Amino acid sequence: MNRLMERYLRLDYLPTLFCPGCGNGIIQYATIAAIDKLRLRDDIACVSGIGCSSWIPCYFNMDVMHTIHGRALAFAQGLKLARPVKNVLVFTGDGDCLAIGGNHLLHACKRNINLTVIMVNNHIYGMTGGQKSPATPLNCKTKTSSWGTYDEPIQGAELAINLGATYVARWTTAHPVQLQKSIEAGIKHRGLSFIEVISQCPTQSGKSVYGSKDPAYILNYLKENSSIYKEGMEHLEGKIKCGVLWHDNDRLEYIERMKGKIWEYVETKALGGYKQ
Amino acid sequence: MRITVDKNYCKGCGICLSICPKSVYVNSEQRNSFGNLMPEARNRKRCNGCGLCERLCPDGAINVEEEYEAKY
Repeated sequence: MNRLMERYLRLDYLPTLFCPGCGNGIIQYATIAAIDKLRLRDDIACVSGIGCSSWIPCYFNMDVMHTIHGRALAFAQGLKLARPVKNVLVFTGDGDCLAIGGNHLLHACKRNINLTVIMVNNHIYGMTGGQKSPATPLNCKTKTSSWGTYDEPIQGAELAINLGATYVARWTTAHPVQLQKSIEAGIKHRGLSFIEVISQCPTQSGKSVYGSKDPAYILNYLKENSSIYKEGMEHLEGKIKCGVLWHDNDRLEYIERMKGKIWEYVETKALGGYKQ
Repeated sequence: MRITVDKNYCKGCGICLSICPKSVYVNSEQRNSFGNLMPEARNRKRCNGCGLCERLCPDGAINVEEEYEAKY
């Protein structure tokens, strides 16, 4: 077995429950490599919701919380407020984050709280058997849309930029090195960092979205159909826009604002008589 | 380079066969513990140690290490 994975995974739970060729293992390796490079193993806490993608941190041999459907961000905000020293990583899927947990995403982005959200977008509800999710592209035949989908998909990264997240990146599983660097930057960044990873699901989305169940074919397809965006560049039409899409260091973080408010209260009201 | 493919973790998805830029891996007759055909690093002298197969293996089955040989 791989030496790096061997040090960070719970070996008695292996092999993982993922299907052969699933993209979640690639994200697992990228996360482990990022944590190993930053040497932050004891300062990381992972929170996840429900779904295939939320099983990624359950194999890590560190602090992990597996919570209810869609509420991973709500639990993570509570954990961050209780223990501001911990770096909190949140793993959600496209159904978990955009459909049932959409309201929690809105409020976490609005508060700009110091979390790292890794949204694994496999374009479909994989665990329950291939139903249509909010991120399914146009004209895809799934179990619940047998005539082909006819509504526009939600673009998670662009939504997070509009809601007010301060570090937003999008990568596919065919870019493992860039994904690792983005996770490192997201952990270091103060504020909500949202990383969307477009992943392959050879069992369900291979059938309905990509047209082939071969994971190697899907990886090559993702690599050919993506263009890396840099600031000031024009985006090619019809391709997946990858890269660091938004980076803003100027906005204040939620816990800093809260501490400022508490000190304001202490100086004006509680210690007001003594200060003069 | 010393390349090992662990037969207890490999699920036989075939990503490493297509992704390797030097085509080190060959589909072998050997079967892993799930009963699928397993890749074998037959052309390991071509390997330049980019580590892409390690990163893209979803189950962490592949390990690539530098091989230090005694020169004398």
